[in-house]
Amino acid sequence: MAKIKIQDLKLIKDKVQATTTMRDGTHRVKITVHMGTCGIAAGARKIMDAFLDEIEKKGITDVILTSSGCAGLCSHEPMATVEIRGETPIKYVYLDKEKTKRIFEEHVLNGKPVMDYALAQGSETTR
Amino acid sequence: MEKAYRANILICAGTSCVAFGSLKVRDALVEEINKRGLQDEVKVETTGCNGFCAVGPLMIVYPEGIFYKQMTPDDIPFFVEEHLIKGRIVQKHLYEEIDKKEPVPLMSDIGFFKNQILVALKNRGLIDPEVIDEYIGRDGYAATAKALTEMTSEQIVDEITKSGLRGRGGGGFPTGTKWKFCMQAQSDVKYVLCNADEGDPGAFMDRSVLESDPHTVLEGMIIGGKAIGAHKAYIYVRAEYPLAIKRLNIAIQQAKDYGLLGENILDSGFDFDIELYHGAGAFVCGEETALMKSIEGKRGMPRPRPPFPAHKGLFDKPTVLNNVETYANIAQIILRGAEWFASLGTEKSKGTKVFALSGDVNNIGLIEVPMGIPLRTIVYDIGGGIKNGKKLRAVQIGGPSGGFIPERIIDTPVDYESITGTGAIMGSGGMVVMDETSCMVDMAKFFLGFTADESCGKCTPCRVGTTVLLNKLTDIAEGRGKPGDVEILERISKNIIASALCGLGQTAPNPVLTSIKYFRDEYDAHIYDKKCPAGVCKALIKYVIDPEKCTGCMACSKKCPQNAISGEKKQPHTIDQSLCIKCGICYDTCKFDAIHYE
Repeated sequence: MAKIKIQDLKLIKDKVQATTTMRDGTHRVKITVHMGTCGIAAGARKIMDAFLDEIEKKGITDVILTSSGCAGLCSHEPMATVEIRGETPIKYVYLDKEKTKRIFEEHVLNGKPVMDYALAQGSETTR
Repeated sequence: MEKAYRANILICAGTSCVAFGSLKVRDALVEEINKRGLQDEVKVETTGCNGFCAVGPLMIVYPEGIFYKQMTPDDIPFFVEEHLIKGRIVQKHLYEEIDKKEPVPLMSDIGFFKNQILVALKNRGLIDPEVIDEYIGRDGYAATAKALTEMTSEQIVDEITKSGLRGRGGGGFPTGTKWKFCMQAQSDVKYVLCNADEGDPGAFMDRSVLESDPHTVLEGMIIGGKAIGAHKAYIYVRAEYPLAIKRLNIAIQQAKDYGLLGENILDSGFDFDIELYHGAGAFVCGEETALMKSIEGKRGMPRPRPPFPAHKGLFDKPTVLNNVETYANIAQIILRGAEWFASLGTEKSKGTKVFALSGDVNNIGLIEVPMGIPLRTIVYDIGGGIKNGKKLRAVQIGGPSGGFIPERIIDTPVDYESITGTGAIMGSGGMVVMDETSCMVDMAKFFLGFTADESCGKCTPCRVGTTVLLNKLTDIAEGRGKPGDVEILERISKNIIASALCGLGQTAPNPVLTSIKYFRDEYDAHIYDKKCPAGVCKALIKYVIDPEKCTGCMACSKKCPQNAISGEKKQPHTIDQSLCIKCGICYDTCKFDAIHYE
């Protein structure tokens, strides 16, 4: 390790930003890949890997990725939900690697939901 | 670019959790994750103490913040399968609030955590203390950069003074004022010292800070050095804290490697070096002048003041000595401003305080709360109330220098003036909750036993006085108390306080005076009735078998280590008082509630 300069403090902070964001709840976007038995059987792991790949390749640090159980619509798996902070969540269905990449570019990075792949907006109401 | 993960699992590796096997849990987790091929998706790390020591080993899964308690290596395969692969939270490891019986998955919802405000402990459980980059990732050393390159010594002292920060070691002396005196002293050599001796029995606030977040202490010291014009520092850490020592050494080395310690830090032209000095087991070396003597290689004994250490301290040079927790607040005050800090707490007691909550509460651990919070909130909302449904008797605060706050004034706010008003002192943060089965005479005797043993012997009031108090308390506890004893205890206590040389002696009588003030009837029971109402003082209790309830099952007589119980099968038994050693095994054994003590 070499002696650092003042500007290096910010560089180091940016370098570990992804880790910090994951732990202190300051993310901008949350992506949930639904991985109930139905999801996994339909290939949700590949979708998870595809998202991870995009995050790593593009060096994104304000997006967190997580998994959840079955979302309910098992026939439409693999599914993922994209939530931008302050906006309504969008559920995507029938995903594959190409669709995942497009959703990441257009919705996660540029804020425009990909209506072609979307099932619905919002969340289920629970009484 | 940093590797992307979809989950971070942080396992607590504070001393308490490690003692319960958290490192084995970590190893099992890493093994299982590798076995299931998840190593590129899930990151596993260890952190310092999270504070909720009562339910360790604990584990938090991010980004959701799901809190798992009391994990064992055997629990890991199921956890990995259920939570990491299937995304289902494992209910049986979740924390349950005592009265509600409903599991609480999110750490931020658990009563123990949500009532706390973290300042000194802001990084606890969120970083690996052995990775300096993670500390920097949470704004680490940004305050140092600001202080060294954008502020003058006067400005730093001014900011600390405006914040209202008071010494967290127990004295509560305004930190800014202490730094100002030392800054104004003329000398080419000055020292910055950190008191990490933490001698109070049951206190572990400083140990937690050192184990979880050592860099925050280093930062506080560097900024202090710039403020007073010192270039050399020592951390006096007690030898009984091997993990803290290890983490400090790693932190200091990593800081040196980055040039954050040493010459010309961050191109500011400021040099600063920190060294560790190990204590050798003496409580009195936590006293500032004794501590300095100890570093000088001499016997740890206090000296009269003036001159104060800010003018003449270590090696007779101007010295600032502050507690670990005080330093842990400095970086944030510089970064976020004095006004932010002063917005927490009360008018005369700004900021937060770390307490080691222990005793008869359900949620034992380390807490940080804003000054002014009522003691009741700490005991019930954070502590989860008294264990086993018993009743609160008193809260002991301030360790061997402190006192007892009885249940009837449990709404006392926790700040320097209010606590001192009750006769106790805030102290360094030890807080022991006592239920109805605690004897106040016994507790006073316990603390005097400690201070009498630790007295350095230099001044007569403490050397002789604490022993006299201890002997008298022992007499009372063992049934030899005489009318007038309480008055003698009070008189001697006041004399010691007025004439002892250092803080050890000056505060040693506090437990005696406060227990007499609030629990006089208990002393009278011991002296006049020769009885211990709480049933603790062995010499004064008698175990008795009720012949109406005894079924003659012989369970107790079999267990009695002294063979003091006799009786035929199915006939009521009796205890031979001359043989009984009051161990209480028969009382614990009896299933028919036939044995009681009086």
